[in-house]
Amino acid sequence: MSTNKLTGAEIVIHSLHKENTEFVFGYPGGAVLNIYDAIFQLKKFKHVLVRHEQAAVHAADAYSRSTGKVGVALVTSGPGATNAVTGIATAHMDSIPMVIISGQVPTHAIGQDAFQECDTVGITRPCVKHNFLIKKIEDIAPTIKKAFHIAKTGRPGPVVVDIPKDITAEEAEFIYPENIELRSYNPVEKGHQGQITKALELLIHAKRPMVYTGGGVVLGDASESLTKLMKKLGFPVTSTLMGLGGFPASEKQFLGMLGMHGTYEANMAMQECDVLIAVGSRFDDRVIGNPDHFLSKPKKIIHIDIDPASISKRVKIDVPIVGSVKSVLEDMLVIYDSLKTAHDKNNQKEWMIQIESWRGKKSLDFQNSKEVIKPQYVVQELHKVTNGDAFITSDVGQHQMWAAQYYPFDKPRRWLNSGGLGTMGVGLPYAMGAQLAHPEAQVACVTGEASIQMCIQELSTCKQFHLPIKIINLNNRYMGMVRQWQEFFYGNRYAESYMDALPDFVKLAESYGHIGMQIKNPSDVSSALEEAFSIKNKERLVFLDFLTDQTENVYPMVPNGKGLSQMILAEDL
Amino acid sequence: MRHIISLLMENESGALSRVSGLFSARGYNIESLTVAPTEDPSLSRMTIVTTGSNEVIEQIIKQLNKLIDVVKVLDLNDGKHIERELMLVKVKASHQYREEMKRISDIFRGRIIDVSDNTFTIEITGSSTKLDAYIESLDKSAIVETVRTGASGIGRGDRILKI
Repeated sequence: MSTNKLTGAEIVIHSLHKENTEFVFGYPGGAVLNIYDAIFQLKKFKHVLVRHEQAAVHAADAYSRSTGKVGVALVTSGPGATNAVTGIATAHMDSIPMVIISGQVPTHAIGQDAFQECDTVGITRPCVKHNFLIKKIEDIAPTIKKAFHIAKTGRPGPVVVDIPKDITAEEAEFIYPENIELRSYNPVEKGHQGQITKALELLIHAKRPMVYTGGGVVLGDASESLTKLMKKLGFPVTSTLMGLGGFPASEKQFLGMLGMHGTYEANMAMQECDVLIAVGSRFDDRVIGNPDHFLSKPKKIIHIDIDPASISKRVKIDVPIVGSVKSVLEDMLVIYDSLKTAHDKNNQKEWMIQIESWRGKKSLDFQNSKEVIKPQYVVQELHKVTNGDAFITSDVGQHQMWAAQYYPFDKPRRWLNSGGLGTMGVGLPYAMGAQLAHPEAQVACVTGEASIQMCIQELSTCKQFHLPIKIINLNNRYMGMVRQWQEFFYGNRYAESYMDALPDFVKLAESYGHIGMQIKNPSDVSSALEEAFSIKNKERLVFLDFLTDQTENVYPMVPNGKGLSQMILAEDL
Repeated sequence: MRHIISLLMENESGALSRVSGLFSARGYNIESLTVAPTEDPSLSRMTIVTTGSNEVIEQIIKQLNKLIDVVKVLDLNDGKHIERELMLVKVKASHQYREEMKRISDIFRGRIIDVSDNTFTIEITGSSTKLDAYIESLDKSAIVETVRTGASGIGRGDRILKI
């Protein structure tokens, strides 16, 4: 045995180390035992042992969302890989750069229906950016290099690398490639200058311009460029759920979130504008509602996106610009300076007045109560107690929308949620990934009693790794969003949407070694939050179980299939 | 409208399933799909015949380009092109039909490549519509078996798909 040879498992570890991997979120099993042994011996990064593979992928995903770096998860073959699929699909829908390493049964056993065998590459194919099955040991290092390259460039996404167990035991020299060239993969970075100029000309001559930004701004680290350009243009800005924080919510130009639960002013402005610029967003069904209704008011549409396939997918685009959002916005800043003398801001004066009158509707106002805790109020108080500077994760449902509506984000990468796939259960593992990446930061998971139970086992991981997450459980004893749809569209027939036989969350938290609190009175909301975030509890996970109004609904609401201006407002009821 | 799309992709295991999976996942039609390695064994060339509105075809091309293994995509319908398909047909050719079968196959410039006491196997090449026309011209009860390759296509003149 030559001394400069490494086992396949060691090559995996060294390759991850070369990619500056800080954390690997994973769960061991038969097919990855060699890799775990190498982790144990080489100690090149911190391994975070989760309690379910789904959480490993979610936590790695949140690590990526909150830092911009590539998240790494490690799972075993068969059930390890299938458990990871929900996490992978979640990351895929939201374009999160990740590398997921899965063990596979030994090469000779593939196709034999071996113990814990599944076709991981086949199963994950539709929900990854790309995937690989390693066939020989020499391929491990270059494949991991490719996987990281593919995951983080272009429109980012998860990449799965499936490694048969026998290959992790073989030996070879470790050569990590410096660069990687893929003849079939060359994402466009720089936007077409002619198109950019054309877009700016349309914008500065618009009477009713509107800016609609999405997750691409956050993922492309383009917040600063966007903010600079928007300050120059002075146009109204709205953001999708995924784009929140990409433009500071406290700026007067910001109209709040748009879409199914967007503000009145944002949705009306989207509908009524004459020139719309979409920045790293994709006109999905939850954002623009019915596309025919959306286009019934004629408008010129400019779309900046790194993914050509996102352009003209649901809505025909007049001025497409393919390129990284940041690069295109930077170019726009330069070109705008040469055009700005032509920009007469009086052109947009009437439009701004119109927008203010829409804003005057105060569509997010709600009737607070002294008797029962309003969930919106809890989120508002959370914003106060954390000075608006926490990392907020959410699960999926009403609480997710309230968090998005009542916790204004001024910075990108602070708001972590599953926008595309809408995966209940992400909240707690997302908080884990964010807290590990930012040990000193305040991290809160806004969740509901239904969602939190989908990955509740991770309270154990939080204990093991001393993660002082604050769980804000908006407990209305219902799958709130399902209940809301049943109330609006199914004649109040609440089929299976109640949450019966709930655990005592306080005792549950305590049994995992955490602090549990139950809050029933509106007057206790603020003090409970303050206590949870106090210095005394800086090192502790606190589970705050808020018993909230069971019948509260999320407003405004654009019913499915309707147009953006056809909102149901709280005041209509 | 019917489109014939040619693409070059890395000749890797699973590459075909990425393309066919894309079509089924996004609800695109596949009329036929043929694939084989090119003169450069690291590349495969695939020809897909599909139908859809211009918007759908545009999305298909973009989504194909998005696959990491796909090197180049060309919609042959964007310009002049030639399309050929090969079909093998086994027909009944017992005594009283033998002349008739030979005559029809000659009209379509088919070649008889196998003969038995009761059958002819005819090889016929051409555009897919020509093959359809040949089948139409036969008495249905005379057809024993058919096999078609699906269309292959190539641009005319200087129009090439190469890396």
